[in-house]
Amino acid sequence: MKRKMTPRERTYVKILLPILVLFFLFNTLPMIQGFIYSFTNYKGYGSYDWVGLRNYMDLFTDQRVWNSYFFTFKYAICGTILVNVIALALAIGLNAKIRFKSALRGIYFIPNILGGLIIGYIFSFLFTYILPAVGEYFQISWLQNSILSSPDTAWIGVLIVGVWQAVAMTTIIYISGLQTVPEDVYEASRIDGAGKWTEFRKVTLPLIIPLVSTNLLLTTKNFMMVFDQIMSLTKGGPAQSTESISYLIYRNGLDGGQFGFQSANAVFFFVVIVALSVIQLRSMSSKEEQL
Amino acid sequence: MCLGTLTVFFPLYMAIIIAFKQPSEMTNSVEGALSLPKTWSFSNFAEAMRVTDFWHSLGNSLLITVGTIILAILVYSLAGYALGRGMNARKRFKTVYFYIVSGMFVPFAILMMPLVKETAQMHLGNQFGVILLYLVFYMPMNVMLYAGYMKNIPVVLEEAAQVDGLTTWQTFWKIIFPMMKPMHATVAVMTALGTWNDVMTPLVIMSGTGQNTLPIAQLNFQTQFGTNYNLAFASYVLSLIPILVFYIICQKQILNGVANGAVKG
Repeated sequence: MKRKMTPRERTYVKILLPILVLFFLFNTLPMIQGFIYSFTNYKGYGSYDWVGLRNYMDLFTDQRVWNSYFFTFKYAICGTILVNVIALALAIGLNAKIRFKSALRGIYFIPNILGGLIIGYIFSFLFTYILPAVGEYFQISWLQNSILSSPDTAWIGVLIVGVWQAVAMTTIIYISGLQTVPEDVYEASRIDGAGKWTEFRKVTLPLIIPLVSTNLLLTTKNFMMVFDQIMSLTKGGPAQSTESISYLIYRNGLDGGQFGFQSANAVFFFVVIVALSVIQLRSMSSKEEQL
Repeated sequence: MCLGTLTVFFPLYMAIIIAFKQPSEMTNSVEGALSLPKTWSFSNFAEAMRVTDFWHSLGNSLLITVGTIILAILVYSLAGYALGRGMNARKRFKTVYFYIVSGMFVPFAILMMPLVKETAQMHLGNQFGVILLYLVFYMPMNVMLYAGYMKNIPVVLEEAAQVDGLTTWQTFWKIIFPMMKPMHATVAVMTALGTWNDVMTPLVIMSGTGQNTLPIAQLNFQTQFGTNYNLAFASYVLSLIPILVFYIICQKQILNGVANGAVKG
């Protein structure tokens, strides 16, 4: 039994229809197509055959795909932890009563507004020429070669740039959370004789836990999709040690004749992202506390 | 805190210094790269503008960003309004809402390859296609923000407007749209930062057109710079300037907008 639509609701439908068509055309449709291609051996051109689940089986044995997942997870985990620890520390510092607070806030946000690609180029120069020269001067052996040139350390270079850019955004979000914590809560904890660290652990942290979960989710998602920095810093090298999932899909899917295979990779990547988000939301929502 | 400021400024300082120098001033030592230039000359910038066709790329970047922002505010606010209000009365609207919002989890990587084919077939492998894609790609997040914001606007206002004889359209433009102003600012800022710096979408969609956005120009001309780092850095600095100027002018709105969007989202 349906109630007839009011004229108002009919207008809503008129508004939403074209938007829905657009959304379907450029979001759902390509997703379905990608899903279909993932069961073929399509190269991106020419004819193709159905191969069933073979692409998905191959994903698990393909060394290059494994490497890209290993790199991306390593990068995302280290990045998320570093960004949130640094940002929380900065936010507490910037929320305290210090001089030039708003100027500092403005400065710390600058890295976030600059494009990852160009920042990557600038840092690439820094890693290739400046740091080794500094290493030479102070006789620090591990600094004397560019960290981007060795497969063992190149990911650290990418990580530094990623963190440098991401901290800003996370800090701003933490500051806006800290501002909602009322001053009298701190007063009460001080009267109870809590030290700075206890105060942070027992008072501040529980109160901003919802924000911590938002931030963890946002940073993990952004770090998982890393692309720009790879493009300008390493192009996936050396020896494919910094090939992120997005970069591999781009490289081999569009240029490498692996349209079908990389579609399967993309579908799997999508599942991983959704699973990660769900896990994070679950584990965090159980820890939330209300004042 | 000071150390942090240093960390922020050092790479930028280096970029600017190198951009002003001549290749002959770049010795292989740290001082060669980091000392102040002997003469402040803009010749690198002029040369970089010529090599990378700077004004053209800047035009494309501006067109795409401004186009996306205008469309984004119009389309998202309308959708947010219709869904935010409709959702309470009918399940069908709620389904549509969740359909769109669930798009948030779809990574661009899965859409990329089919989209390249699709836009090429529809003759949208150009700036306009990129705008449309942004519009769709940022839709889930922003429709959620707008629909959520509708809770802050009392329904009584619309009912009063209806009594006064305004149609639903008129009500939206005259009453709801102006009231959504804080949200417009947030959406504009987040869309601007997202589209201006994006590399992947224009890279894969516009690759056949010979048109560049600012980041794509840097990517494409990277080989032409060769080892002339002074020229390369002049070009980097040039492409960073517009967004820096925008940031300095609208710093307050940007910081507020970003915090707003993240906390509500």
